[in-house]
Amino acid sequence: MISTIVFILMLAVAVAFFTINVRKISRNIKLGKDIDRKDNPLKRWWLVFKVAIFQSKMMGLPIAGILHVFVYAGFILVNIEMIEVMVDGIAGTHRAFSFLGKFYPIIISATEVFALLVIIGCVVFLFRRNIIRLPRFWKSEMTSWPRLDANIILLTEIVLMTSVFFLNASDYILQTREFGHYDQVGSFFLSSFFVPLIQNLPSETLVLIDRSCWWLHIVGIMLFLNYIPYSKHFHVFVSFPNVYFSKLDAAGKIANMPSITREIKSMLGKPVEPEENVDMAAMSFGAKDVKDLTWKSLMDAYSCTECGRCTRVCPANITGKKLSPRKVIMDARDRLEIVGKNNDKNGKDFSDDKSLFDFISSEELWACTTCNACTNECPVNIDQVSLIIELRRYLVMEKAAAPGELNSIFSNIENNGAPWQFSQQDRLLWANELYINEKA
Amino acid sequence: MTEKRKIDVPVMADVFAKGEKPEYLLWVGSAGAFDDRYKKVIRAFVKVLTHLNVSYAVLGTEESSSGDVARRAGNEMLYQMQTLTNIDILNMYEVKKIITCDPHVYNTFKNEYPDFGGNFEVIHHTQFLQKMIIEGKLKIESNLFKDKTITFHDPCYLGRANGEYMAPREVLGAIPSTVKEMKRNKAQALCCGAGGGQMFKEAEKGDREVFIERTEDVLETGAGIIVTACPYCMVMMTDGLKYKNKEEQIKNYDIAELIEQSLEL
Repeated sequence: MISTIVFILMLAVAVAFFTINVRKISRNIKLGKDIDRKDNPLKRWWLVFKVAIFQSKMMGLPIAGILHVFVYAGFILVNIEMIEVMVDGIAGTHRAFSFLGKFYPIIISATEVFALLVIIGCVVFLFRRNIIRLPRFWKSEMTSWPRLDANIILLTEIVLMTSVFFLNASDYILQTREFGHYDQVGSFFLSSFFVPLIQNLPSETLVLIDRSCWWLHIVGIMLFLNYIPYSKHFHVFVSFPNVYFSKLDAAGKIANMPSITREIKSMLGKPVEPEENVDMAAMSFGAKDVKDLTWKSLMDAYSCTECGRCTRVCPANITGKKLSPRKVIMDARDRLEIVGKNNDKNGKDFSDDKSLFDFISSEELWACTTCNACTNECPVNIDQVSLIIELRRYLVMEKAAAPGELNSIFSNIENNGAPWQFSQQDRLLWANELYINEKA
Repeated sequence: MTEKRKIDVPVMADVFAKGEKPEYLLWVGSAGAFDDRYKKVIRAFVKVLTHLNVSYAVLGTEESSSGDVARRAGNEMLYQMQTLTNIDILNMYEVKKIITCDPHVYNTFKNEYPDFGGNFEVIHHTQFLQKMIIEGKLKIESNLFKDKTITFHDPCYLGRANGEYMAPREVLGAIPSTVKEMKRNKAQALCCGAGGGQMFKEAEKGDREVFIERTEDVLETGAGIIVTACPYCMVMMTDGLKYKNKEEQIKNYDIAELIEQSLEL
């Protein structure tokens, strides 16, 4: 009875706390500028199916891809057992789903297989990060916190899954001893291997192991749930909507700035629709801070799980430049978190006089070749290039801070219609003295 | 017997004045007009068009920068100025189909100009050549490259930006030769390092230049010819071969030049 009350109270606190934090993140994302990503729902659902649910882009790196499927599928399926744990916790029952009869041990055995896959995946992941030290996990933006965050996630999952095995093994031994309320529900496939480890223990100790593992598992999950909004692991939730709201245009297309079109049209003496008239002086171009980015870019920031596949293929990063597309996304998220906290503390009009440029240097931004290797690689369809372009737009149009050579090509294009300093009148010189051999 | 015939490249203003409407507009691009190496590519492609009796014209002195580099370098004002002016001229000549040898032009015309009322059928020259081969109009029987190994460098703005990986490969496939892929190809191809404005500025501080990294991919294949389909890639790959002192052993051609040479135009 008391345990039921404790359980329900803990669950309520965990869910409430989680909800508060998710709402904060959702509010932070909504700080971004509007962008229409509701068109073509069929194509969007197809992307969710292919890229998010079936993780098609993960297989670009097959070892990481398969192991990730282990952990992903495992975590979803082990949660079937979580439902039972919830029911038991709230109703004070023991193995509430055992009414399923002979199917019950099959289901539980299946979840055990997936729990094992999760453990295998996490162990190999820890090995790749900490022992093999794959370069993408040790780039300069992978400072102590991102590395620790990853290890916390992997270790927590190992602990949570291991508790399932000891829970089931002690339960099974108690069943065979016909102890207390431990009804005969059958043996479970994998935890039976754990039975020899503990079968000589007295029943009271086994009950203790069973109950400890049960509480460890459920409390661990509640804590983990509330760790996720503070962690890169938030991708487990937000990557699904992030894929749904993907850019559907060709990767090469850069988002238009219709506000500028009005200005240019009136400069060129073209008709401008009356409602298009806006106060140009009050407008800003490009992005200085997170609120100048679209909400999709901000959702991108929360979807990033710092896998570094983008940085791994970035030509600038490969050749030792400072630019790392992953860092740009992580910076946007870190800055957004600060802006969000400022809003909580000081109201939404508060400004700390900082911006994205306190995180991202122009050296990084100007190293991008807009080659789209990063966007092509990202398993959750983050658009790093659009973020970089928005920051460049700010540097160029608000600050006139383009590199000198680019300023020269701007004035060349403006004056003579080519990036090079050649007269437009000479544009046909290439065609002089052109002959073709014709077979007679 | 072959004889040399002079090509008078048709200019839109003249053609239009005569009341004719060419089927295609050939967008030469600033690189095609001014970069000495890429002028050769445009000349080669024009020869191929002439050989195929294609109805086309160029804008000549009415052509201007597409604005691609201005937009990617963050200067949206300048980009839109170029775009709106270019669209006016193209619409004035009632242009419907545009061919270009520059994937950057291809990308911005195809994907970005429609936002400003510029709706054209945009064709990259590799796609045009592919079409001519499929339709049987372009046949290559030459054995010029038969004993050569060719590798193709995917331009980012043709490949990843627009998903066109097959057209250049099918054109190469129609030329008797051996084609060998680099380890990074198609969607995984490494950029030449020149997009997004990099062509016109010093690279940021790093260990090495992107074009050198890419040239090493080329050398790994052992190919004697590196084929590109983009003016920036052409410049970068040429620089890379020079840096590696391989410009004598390995030739760098645009796909249009391979056709030109195969047909002995």
